[in-house]
Amino acid sequence: MTIITERSKTTTTKAEQALRMYRQMLAIRLFEERVNDLYTRALMPGLAHLYIGEEAVAVGVCEALHKDDYITSTHRGHGHCLAKGASPDRMFAELLGKEAGYCRGKGGSMHIADPATGNLGANAIVAGSVGIATGAAFAAQRLGNGRVAVCFFGEGALGQGSLYEVMNLAQLFKLPVIYVCENNLYTEYTHFSETTAGEILNRATAFGLEAAMVDGQDVRAVHEAGSRLIERARRGEGPGFLLANTYRYTGHHVGDIAREYYRPKAEEQEWKMDRDPIKNLTKWLLEQKLADSVQLSAMESELTAEMDKAVEFAVTAPYPSPEEVEQDVYA
Amino acid sequence: MPEVAQREVTFAQAIREALAEEMRRDATVCILGEDVAEAGTPFKVLSGLVEEFGKDRVLDTPISEAGFTGMAVGAAMTGLRPVVDIMFGDFITLTMDQMVNQAAKVHYMSGGRWKVPMVMRTTLGATRRSAAQHSQSLHAWFSHVPGLKVVLPSTPYDAKGLLKTAIRDENPVVFFEDKMMYKLKGPVPTEEYTIPLGVADIKREGNDITLVATSSMVQVALGASTLLEKAGISAEVIDPRTTWPLDEKTLIDSAKKTSRVIVIDEGYGRYGVTAEIASVIAEGAFYDLDAPVKRMGAMHVPIPFSPPLEDATVPTENSVFEAARALCNRN
Ligand SMILES: Cc1ncc(C[n+]2csc(CCOP(=O)(O)OP(=O)(O)O)c2C)c(N)n1
Repeated sequence: MTIITERSKTTTTKAEQALRMYRQMLAIRLFEERVNDLYTRALMPGLAHLYIGEEAVAVGVCEALHKDDYITSTHRGHGHCLAKGASPDRMFAELLGKEAGYCRGKGGSMHIADPATGNLGANAIVAGSVGIATGAAFAAQRLGNGRVAVCFFGEGALGQGSLYEVMNLAQLFKLPVIYVCENNLYTEYTHFSETTAGEILNRATAFGLEAAMVDGQDVRAVHEAGSRLIERARRGEGPGFLLANTYRYTGHHVGDIAREYYRPKAEEQEWKMDRDPIKNLTKWLLEQKLADSVQLSAMESELTAEMDKAVEFAVTAPYPSPEEVEQDVYA
Repeated sequence: MPEVAQREVTFAQAIREALAEEMRRDATVCILGEDVAEAGTPFKVLSGLVEEFGKDRVLDTPISEAGFTGMAVGAAMTGLRPVVDIMFGDFITLTMDQMVNQAAKVHYMSGGRWKVPMVMRTTLGATRRSAAQHSQSLHAWFSHVPGLKVVLPSTPYDAKGLLKTAIRDENPVVFFEDKMMYKLKGPVPTEEYTIPLGVADIKREGNDITLVATSSMVQVALGASTLLEKAGISAEVIDPRTTWPLDEKTLIDSAKKTSRVIVIDEGYGRYGVTAEIASVIAEGAFYDLDAPVKRMGAMHVPIPFSPPLEDATVPTENSVFEAARALCNRN
């Protein structure tokens, strides 16, 4: 078992890679800010679970994946989908229930799926995709195609027995799957310490999985730890478990505003001020002279324009026609 | 049919042959389940398969129904055609999230972009003195869920042809085998054949009453029809073979012809398969019916252990005979 310290010591990350991760984290944040806006303007039906604050986890891990590797995601899944390569316009379209969406509007925010980017689907059942990700790794192993599968889930999924069933199976069959636990401290409105006995990593090491803990606010550390687990899984050395400590800045979903009964404002402030993944990487990029502020703000303007265009696309896109309702129940 | 076609094999052998043929034909077909390899399952249905196909394709799993069913969903999405073995139909309860919320939903939720070509084989049927947790017939549960197909073979011939089709189907298919029928013998041709899902079979033609029966209740209905014949009543026996897709037309046409119908299924009647079929017939043949559609199924009790008690819970040749006579006003 390896513990990666809060700030990774090495600076081995290449400049382009760091900039790419920066760009992707920023894209997710700008995307989510627009989701918040669409939702509060009542343009988005359903529920919106924002990933703001947790961007480094999806980005650091997905940076270590190939395009044809698999991921499964959760109800808080926009970040994973974007980091795996989904395009914002079709994502927004799906969130608004439009035909141009990744799932023709049939899935919505909690079910974005995209075979082209290896996204097996976001899942609205907590721990619902642990079997799917493990099965994709099983198929990759049997077909010998060299792919790995990453299963993202919140620490709330630690309460589901199915996770332990598949970790056991994955280790028995030495499957190329990595379970990525995003511990953002709260399962809805309850602190994880009230629902989680013992140590999280011990759950994985009990089955013999290679387990690591990482500061989920440090994208370079996530990438480093994720790469190690992913590459050893790809080499056939078996499954891994990555615990990323992170924080969601906003409510469990948009509209969860009065939060003080479950977490203090000061705590939120502290994470936002001192442990923001984008701020931290900005600081590092500037310190290392890998980028200057002009370059970074140009990138932000470019992404902002792209996101606004994507929103525009989705808002004006047509809904599916009513006949679609009975399509695709069966293949 | 050529002479070789007249060979008789058991229901278990027919299933084994279907699996072996499909595994020879398609290298992506694999079997996952408890004690499926060397043991060939407690019912010995799979004996010999591991010897031919190896432990890479016939995999013994831990006792983790949710885990390996979930894996099958993911593996089916990514290039395999897994056949999972759930030892007793009662244990499908452990797989409900994987089947109902995952397998059944993936294709639709992804806007038709992912497919789940998997088969779950499991058992149903009482009178084996196995008591309440090993005797249920829960096929109605899956029949209720859009996205799943449900197969209930009643003869070795049907079992083989339907299972081959189920394995080639692009959707999740649940295949229920009556554990009391494994030793039942019947004609099965040596040459290759398949049977489409959603096509009922007229097991016996008749004019006075239609007995719609599923799974082993087809054998019961055929036995009852012999008794009825002696009493001067000509019974038609129809086997829908799949509860979904359901061949409504064949059922309705027969009901119109005979004007009297009994539906016999070993599941619970309340909110069950007999309720659905009776309703289809009542709607489709109302003006041609001379009596209300009668339903016969398991008594609405947990299946008891004690033989005389257990025997009282399921329809028998005699009880069907009596019911049919009463419905034809001949008692
Ligand atoms: C099986 C199941 N139980 C309950 C819920 C309701 N629910 C939705 S999100 C959530 C909390 C999940 O917490 P966590 O897994 O830590 O993810 P986070 O929301 O913190 O990202 C709950 C209980 C659900 N979707 N699925």
